[in-house]
Amino acid sequence: MQLIWSFIIAGLFCLLGQIILDNTKLTPGHVTSLFTVLGAILAFFGLYDKFINLAGGGASTIISNFGYLLYEGALSGYRSSGILGIFTGLLTKGGAAIVGAVIFASLVTLFFKPKD
Amino acid sequence: MNKDEYKKLVKKHIPQENRTGNAITAFLIGGFVGFIAEGLIEVIMNIFSLNRIDASVWTCLIIIFASSLFTALGFFDNWMSKAKAGLLLPTTGFAHSVSSSALDYKKEGLITGLGSNFFKLAGSVILYGILSAFILVIVKVMISG
Repeated sequence: MQLIWSFIIAGLFCLLGQIILDNTKLTPGHVTSLFTVLGAILAFFGLYDKFINLAGGGASTIISNFGYLLYEGALSGYRSSGILGIFTGLLTKGGAAIVGAVIFASLVTLFFKPKD
Repeated sequence: MNKDEYKKLVKKHIPQENRTGNAITAFLIGGFVGFIAEGLIEVIMNIFSLNRIDASVWTCLIIIFASSLFTALGFFDNWMSKAKAGLLLPTTGFAHSVSSSALDYKKEGLITGLGSNFFKLAGSVILYGILSAFILVIVKVMISG
């Protein structure tokens, strides 16, 4: 059942993104940033948790999940060690995506040349 | 010919994008990526007996690795343009932007090329993600204490 919800939720996010791309002058860069912020806002209202529970992988592959993880990291940091925890905790959960992108992009750059 | 007629004429010759088609493509491909991700999470949970949170981080890393590799092999740019938002909004879009700028600027040197352009496109995602998360947590803390 979660597989079907994954398909629907991830599909709906992309559908919404495509509608924004086609009907406004925003570029793909704008839309991905917008969806990251949207993820943090949905996390703020406690809605993104519901998407994750419902759709699992469908919600956690969308870039909005990055915003959600940053928010969750910062909030749990605050709960464990106050204001300083917001600074130290912000990247604890979302950091894996940044580190992963850095490591794998560096690896492939080491071995491959750009194609035209 | 007055201005309005000219505008109409121009409009007629601008290639009309098939918006419904784009939207359906984005839905199907985005949905497919989500489906694969959930499938991977369940497989990893079962094989390595991990909890769901760890399994979804591993899945995220696998997807980032796959899109970096596909970008380096050269056919992912083509997929990205065909899939519309379907590959842009999943983590694939983030990984593709990092690895494609890394590959493109490699020849301009390690510092001024690769280093300074590495997060050229993904930088805005990181910047606005951190800013919004920070501000929202401050707001949350002020509301609920």
